[in-house]
Amino acid sequence: MEKLFYKNPSRPYLISILSVVFVSLLCLIVRDSIDYKIIGYILLLLVSLLAIFLEIKSVLLAAILSALALDFLFIKPYYTLHIDNAEDAFLLIMFFIIALINAVLTNKFRRMQRAIHIKETRASTLKLYNTLLDSLSHELRTPIAAIVGSIDTLKQKNVNLSTEKQQNLFNEIEKASMKLNYQVENLLNMSRLESGYIHPKLDWCDVKEIVYNVCNRLAEETKEHKIDYLIGDNLPLFKLDYGLMEQIIYNLIYNCAQHTPKGAKIEISVKYEVDLDYDRHIDLIKKCIITISDNGYGFPADEIDRAFDKFHRFKDSNTGGTGLGLSIVKGFVEAQNGTISLKNAEEGGAIFTLEFNVDCLPINSLKNE
Amino acid sequence: MSNSFSILVIDDEVQIRKLLEISLEANDYKVYFAINGKEGITAAASYQPDLILLDLGLPDQDGQEVLVKLREWNHNPIIILTVKSAEEEIVKALDNGANDYLTKPFRTQELLARIRTALRSKSSNTNESVLNFGNIMIDFASRVVKVNEEIVKFTATEYNLLTLLVKNDGRVLTHQYILKEIWGQSYSEQTQYLRVFVAQLRKKIEEDPNRPKFILTESGVGYRFNTS
Repeated sequence: MEKLFYKNPSRPYLISILSVVFVSLLCLIVRDSIDYKIIGYILLLLVSLLAIFLEIKSVLLAAILSALALDFLFIKPYYTLHIDNAEDAFLLIMFFIIALINAVLTNKFRRMQRAIHIKETRASTLKLYNTLLDSLSHELRTPIAAIVGSIDTLKQKNVNLSTEKQQNLFNEIEKASMKLNYQVENLLNMSRLESGYIHPKLDWCDVKEIVYNVCNRLAEETKEHKIDYLIGDNLPLFKLDYGLMEQIIYNLIYNCAQHTPKGAKIEISVKYEVDLDYDRHIDLIKKCIITISDNGYGFPADEIDRAFDKFHRFKDSNTGGTGLGLSIVKGFVEAQNGTISLKNAEEGGAIFTLEFNVDCLPINSLKNE
Repeated sequence: MSNSFSILVIDDEVQIRKLLEISLEANDYKVYFAINGKEGITAAASYQPDLILLDLGLPDQDGQEVLVKLREWNHNPIIILTVKSAEEEIVKALDNGANDYLTKPFRTQELLARIRTALRSKSSNTNESVLNFGNIMIDFASRVVKVNEEIVKFTATEYNLLTLLVKNDGRVLTHQYILKEIWGQSYSEQTQYLRVFVAQLRKKIEEDPNRPKFILTESGVGYRFNTS
């Protein structure tokens, strides 16, 4: 509302003047049938209304103008600023003072509200910042601690470590470094998203290849899990961003692997929606649907809506995470005009559904060229 | 094992230089260092290294420029080191004549394997007519491909694509390069052909087409054939 009035710096004054003139003219028509004290109240009401929307200076202008109008047009003798009796003079002074108090109080109230709003925003930014720092320092320091600790043990001269134990320590350093790399990658992606730097490079993608490629890269993280692939042999090519799709599927499967118990099943299905006229108009199939589900614990029902929020970590989560992974997924999906939804399966576990309305190309049309 | 190969590392990060010095010297390479592009070009001219490791993020000039300047007269293998998620940079570097690339953080084993591949393709210029790798045999003279001792039929395009990949064993080929070589200049943006034909090739030569061992995808860049 305020913005509307402040586009032009002189506009609030114009509004003050016009509204006082307009109301005064209306009152002028009915001057003979109502008491001028009532008109005084009407003008006072006008000034109070203006005080809600306008800044203090223009309200003061309206107060002065309406006092003058009251005196000039409605207090006898008309059309002079002269006042006959003490009662009317008192009325006019009271009118002016009340209008002033009104303007000043409203202004003060509005300033206070603004200050509270700024304070609240600062507090919530600070809270977000603290959450970030909290989870980041945990997520980054844990692997660093593992690396530094392992190296210290390996360097100790007076301790005899078996080759097997040394190997274990080397493995820990390796794992911790990869974890650090994943977190840094997520932070970089987050800042790419925040700065609006993401410009998807859409090109024909073999989604099946992307899924298997990502799962092969995550072999170590998912070795305790069973992955089922429900992907048809003749899946068409879809126009998507290969790199973004890789990151989306990587984060989702990484997330599944981190938050489900050992031995849990992860199911990845890729489907496409076929138009009825598919045979005649092959370019009409335009929807790629990727579903990634697991039979783990699912998401807490009261927090499931916040799963994609930045830095949101679930209360009962004891597996860590910065709360960045899923919000990046959402950002990357939306950058490609896709949608993502999450729900809990009735029999337990979570289901992520990604839908992309994109160009697609059946591979049979190319095979024999 | 002793070898006489020398490597020039152009990188401004002292930690990376230290790491490379230890791991490369441990593998009997003679190592030279340069900490910026200008020094790098001078060092390449005076030491004549067999291979150059070039970091794209240099303090004094764009790594791509250094690459272009080096390629004006140096035809030895150049491997690019770069940060992740910079596919366009990588493709540009490969177009500018780089032989291969590695993204930081890279694994030393991977780096050593890439160096060996690059040096091998430099020294061996053999024109063998029959090639054996894994369970696959290719006879270029009679255009016959056998997988597990059995002849497998390929369309002309499939066969051309396979031989292009095989002849560049270990080297990453960009999408555009392959499309131009196999389908021609006007097809250089038609990645759909490449996706489909690579999938078909994998079905014919890979044991598990979903977990390829020979035709590897270089995400956002191209494909690499790998027999080692």
